[in-house]
Amino acid sequence: MSATAAPSGLTGPALELSEHPAARMLIGRHRLRWWEPTPWILAIAFYFAFPSYLGFGTDLLITILFALSLDLALGYAGILTLGHAAFFGAGAYTVGLLAFNGVWSEPITSLILAAVVAAVVGFASGLVLLRTTGLTLLMLTLCTMLLLEEGANMAHEYTGGFDGLPSLSIPPIFGIFEFNPLYPHTQYIYSLVVLFVGFLLVRALIYSPFGQSLTGIRENMLRMHAVGSPVRWRLVTCYTISAAIAGVAGGLWAQTNAYVNLTTLSLDRAATVFIILILGGYGRLYGAFVGAVAYMVLSHFLARVYPTAWQLGLGLLLVVIALFARNGILGISESLWRRIQTMRRPS
Amino acid sequence: MTAALLETHALSKHFGALAAARQIDFRLDAGARHALIGPNGAGKTTFINLLTGVLRPSEGRILLKGQDVTNVAEANRVKLGIARTFQINRLFRGLSVLENVYIAVSERIGAASTMVAPAGRRPDVIEESMHLLDTLNLQDDAQLRISELPYGRQRLVEIAIALGLKPEVLLLDEPAAGVPSAESHIILNAIDELPKHIGVLIIDHDMDLVFRFAQRITVMVQGAVFAEGTPKEIGANADVRAVYLGQASHG
Repeated sequence: MSATAAPSGLTGPALELSEHPAARMLIGRHRLRWWEPTPWILAIAFYFAFPSYLGFGTDLLITILFALSLDLALGYAGILTLGHAAFFGAGAYTVGLLAFNGVWSEPITSLILAAVVAAVVGFASGLVLLRTTGLTLLMLTLCTMLLLEEGANMAHEYTGGFDGLPSLSIPPIFGIFEFNPLYPHTQYIYSLVVLFVGFLLVRALIYSPFGQSLTGIRENMLRMHAVGSPVRWRLVTCYTISAAIAGVAGGLWAQTNAYVNLTTLSLDRAATVFIILILGGYGRLYGAFVGAVAYMVLSHFLARVYPTAWQLGLGLLLVVIALFARNGILGISESLWRRIQTMRRPS
Repeated sequence: MTAALLETHALSKHFGALAAARQIDFRLDAGARHALIGPNGAGKTTFINLLTGVLRPSEGRILLKGQDVTNVAEANRVKLGIARTFQINRLFRGLSVLENVYIAVSERIGAASTMVAPAGRRPDVIEESMHLLDTLNLQDDAQLRISELPYGRQRLVEIAIALGLKPEVLLLDEPAAGVPSAESHIILNAIDELPKHIGVLIIDHDMDLVFRFAQRITVMVQGAVFAEGTPKEIGANADVRAVYLGQASHG
């Protein structure tokens, strides 16, 4: 041992260590991989290939952004939440109320306001709720969302209650690109750009040392205390950022649909995005994309073929995923890929 | 006498009627190799939990280099230089060995709050983590996930994480627990190679390890200090033999 180890001083051994495969993996982890532009190429191809499906496409992009925000909290930091629609709704109602009352409706700044409001809700609730973990946290996040939903329902003078706020008028982006409900080209491109920005933010976060510490909290919270990490502060920060992104998704939803209603705050929405993330694979960045596409395309076509029982098909799929593929669709592909790699390698 | 590195005065912890720690006066000096032994349920792990701030004492004080840290939170005590390992592995199981150590080092250096720059662009943290793994002979396992490691090597990662915090006080809670005897020498070697200036307190049931390692031994029984002395004194103490060593030699 003492004969081989000469760790101090010389640059020789230091250089060797950074060329160790483990170090190289960590150093190059955040670099763009060759397949990473694929979703964006597909999204742009979709725009030209399916002009009559752009409404569906817009909805899909917004769902991906929402799922991405959940992945940051649930998949990376391990914050078990079933109430993420609270922030989606907070963003949607921010945009809705401001536009409906004629206070402010410029799209991009409205989205920023939606992010700020959702972040404040996330910070305030996170400060209290993130003292708990596991099932307690799951129930408390759910309760918070249901309280907000009921609050929005009871304040019908302002929120329109169950009917929501209809026919919001959203001015053109940069005063040029108009939102046309029948030909949602603008909505689609706009949502795609916002999703891209949100994605870049999440991607940067998860590969940062901060993201690494979130993963540490997910893997072993007690150990993180023992390495001197300010665990609760990290979690609240992550939850607040996640809430802001969910708020942007909600704001986008309100703008592109030109209305807001209670479904933005509903358990149905929170559960759907949860299922999407499980389906795609959580803690994987692209799980949100794969899960949202799989879920929405499947439900779209199942609903067409079996208008009364389409949810049965989704339910069965989810049972299969939960039983046989805990890591979702991406998890299956990863293990297949690994198997192919080992088969190819000559022994 | 100079201030001890770590000392406790009349430290007590009650869980209802149960006194898990009773009036413990303890002293650990810089560079010390100190062992804490005692039968099961003697309160050894409770004592470690009090020292690290996982538990708050019911009475008494804890001083680190003369500074009262009795009410300092766990994470902040780590910053002040107290690190520990766990009796049962508490590792980041889904992450690689390197990432496990990276997390500890980046928390210590203050890199862990960086949000925008990638973790891979902290060569200082990566270099230091790799060096640490090198000194513990873990470099060949650096890219493996914890779940792929044999148990004995996982115990080494426990130590690596604690050393990544550059502690002045290191508390090792049964470092060789559960390690098959064929592998236990790697733990013993790692303990022998610990930096000399660190004050080390080790809890263990393995008398060979304790007598090989320790310069001083404290014996705890039923939450209180029963005896303290050099290994020779403890080995010759008839009372200690009666309550503890006699039993242990059979197990």
